Amino acid sequence: MQLRTLTPQRIYILIGYAVAATALFCAPLYLNDFRLNLLAKFLAFAIVALGLDLIWGYTGILSLGHGVFFGLGAYAMAMYLKLEASGGRLPDFMEWSGLASLPLFWKPFESFGFAVAAGLLIPALLALFLGYFTFRNRIKGVYFTILTQALVIITTTLFIGQQALTGGTNGLTGFSTLFGTPLAGEGMKHTLYYVTAVLLIAAFVLCRFIVKSRFGKVLRAVRDGENRARFIGYNPAVYQMVVFSISGALAGLAGMLFVLHVGIISPSMMGIVPSIEMVLWVAIGGRGTLVGAALGAILMNAAKSVFSENYPDAWLFFLGLLFVIVVVFLPKGLVGLFSRITFRKREESEEHEAAAAISHPAVRAGNG
Amino acid sequence: MRKRVWSSVLLLVLSLSLILAGCGSNNGGTAPASSGAETASGTSSSGSSDNGSEIKVGILHSLSGTMAISEKSVHDAELMAIEEINAKGGVLGKKLVPVIEDGASDWPTFAEKARKLISEDKVATVFGGWTSASRKAMLPVFEEMNGLLWYPVQYEGLESSPNIFYTGATTNQQIVPAVTWLLENRGKKCYLLGSDYVFPRTANKIIKEQLKAEGGELAGEEYTPLGHTDYSTIISKIQQADPDVVFNTLNGDSNVAFFKQLRDAGITAQDMTTLSVSVAEEEIRGIGADVLEGHLAAWNYYQTTDTPENKTFVENYKAKYGADRVTADPIEAGYTAVYLWAAAVEKAGSTDIAAVKEAAKGLEWSAPEGKVTIDGENQHIYKPVRIGEVQADGQFKELWSTGEAVKPDPYLKGYDWAASLSSGR
Repeated sequence: MQLRTLTPQRIYILIGYAVAATALFCAPLYLNDFRLNLLAKFLAFAIVALGLDLIWGYTGILSLGHGVFFGLGAYAMAMYLKLEASGGRLPDFMEWSGLASLPLFWKPFESFGFAVAAGLLIPALLALFLGYFTFRNRIKGVYFTILTQALVIITTTLFIGQQALTGGTNGLTGFSTLFGTPLAGEGMKHTLYYVTAVLLIAAFVLCRFIVKSRFGKVLRAVRDGENRARFIGYNPAVYQMVVFSISGALAGLAGMLFVLHVGIISPSMMGIVPSIEMVLWVAIGGRGTLVGAALGAILMNAAKSVFSENYPDAWLFFLGLLFVIVVVFLPKGLVGLFSRITFRKREESEEHEAAAAISHPAVRAGNG
Repeated sequence: MRKRVWSSVLLLVLSLSLILAGCGSNNGGTAPASSGAETASGTSSSGSSDNGSEIKVGILHSLSGTMAISEKSVHDAELMAIEEINAKGGVLGKKLVPVIEDGASDWPTFAEKARKLISEDKVATVFGGWTSASRKAMLPVFEEMNGLLWYPVQYEGLESSPNIFYTGATTNQQIVPAVTWLLENRGKKCYLLGSDYVFPRTANKIIKEQLKAEGGELAGEEYTPLGHTDYSTIISKIQQADPDVVFNTLNGDSNVAFFKQLRDAGITAQDMTTLSVSVAEEEIRGIGADVLEGHLAAWNYYQTTDTPENKTFVENYKAKYGADRVTADPIEAGYTAVYLWAAAVEKAGSTDIAAVKEAAKGLEWSAPEGKVTIDGENQHIYKPVRIGEVQADGQFKELWSTGEAVKPDPYLKGYDWAASLSSGR
């Protein structure tokens, strides 16, 4: 990249980033513990959204199976926390499920390092594995999406069925400490919040780097014309596999953070509904823009919390209405709204839409 | 280049919205039930919600999602109890103000809302939960923040949190006596059918131990996913095994499918006894009394339970929510929970949780199901056990009852055969 001069636009962006970062880091000053905890959860969700945007917005792969990657990361962390909370004894659910000793595959999770590595690598490898058999065989579009849904069903059924090993429908909960420090303490909560905020920024920077790099350009080429990219000499499958794997790892990372903040993971969190919800965050925030994806995840979850607290009987209607409004009036998500308000680049955006419609009908259909 | 400008605008909005989300919901958090609840006398004692002339209590059930159909009725009964108590002058001369939250049939949401009720609304206690999974999700929150939860549904036992009162039956108040009764009255050969989740699996583990100890015979064991609706294969398996009794721990919609297909296969209650532990009056309404007629259930309370307290309770419930509504065991347990808490607070003279827990020990109350007593040790309640048979009108006829209330024993310490289940506790 060549050096750019400091145009006014560039200054605005820098100010924007600075304000966002400041708001994130000062959040403990103006939010109480409960709200801070919620915000931390939303930030974790934003990390999944970034990963999803990489594959959906930039590569044109619609995955309705990210709940699985999220869940695997979450379970890895939960297993570590559960073992720590059990303090050398058999975890409570194994006891009442009739196990006499700790299953072999649980043993390594006594180490925090192993748990974190597993939380990142298992989702990444699973994504790579799935990608290897699908992208290499040129399975794409709707067929790939259906496969990801199948993955969700298989995984949740497995986790529910193996109650003795996974905690079944209840999932894993009842954690007490991390490195011997109570998870409930205020200091711990703040630390975990900062860790999440830093990781979100790191994930954002990583995704931005990927998107701006030559690799990212190939991803977009694959999205807009897979055959053309192939004829030029790129192997789209490799690019798709790699980016899908990165996306899975980001979801795993988010899952680990989620468990630390929420204190529970159950198969319902990796089910079909959460998997679709994750895609909705990206769609509503603005597919194909990293800021949009992160913003969508944070705002949608904030809206969910605020609506359900204030209107426990009717909050789903409000949320539904919001979805309808965004889908009908803002096909490009919230980001699209702002771009329209700020610049009214109508002709250009129509051009883009037309181009997108030609090159990628499946994705457009997915967007509603 | 221009694209970047609006992305910076967006970031600004993001940061603003973060601030607004925090502040906005702080103010709006107590609506709608407690509108005008902020009487600023400011003499909050012991950090709870004992403010001025009102006491806030949390109600946390699923009002949306798959569990809403069951939990809404319990939610209604708890609100009715609160209203009745307020009409009689409240607790400690203060009005109870319910703060309602939706658990949305999602376990992490239960944990989030419990945290919100305790830390933001500072409620004196929470009444809530239905599924074991929701209770297990809330438990660490209540223990961490030293809150108080009243859980109104029969469950699989093997738990006793110092921050939870259990007003539904534990296993020795429902499943264990039911199995004993079946072995004595209906035959030794028992087939276990359940939904694939924690309650049925744990319940069946207990039943299998009990069958071994009491001379029963296991004819088969089958689990289906929650929401499963095709039981033809399983019914033919059951026919092959030819059991005397099917012990049914299916939950939710699966019961509709199972009993309809059982009838379609030509099997009536006369041919084979089924005893269910998750089919109450509400479920009979959904499945159809004609399909269920003659089948059995084990509970602590039926709408037909003959006590003066129940007569008033059923009348009031129908008057408030409609003549077509029915009462059932968890509904009664939710209603009872509110009264027990109110009595404990009156006795303690404060809503302070330690004081309330101390006052609750041995507390008695004439519930619709009969006299109940709180066990000070495990915070479950003494309850009578009843076996009922479904009648054509969708109500139960009581076939057998323990008469007096049974002492709760969540870890089944009083049963030698259960030693392996509660080991290490």
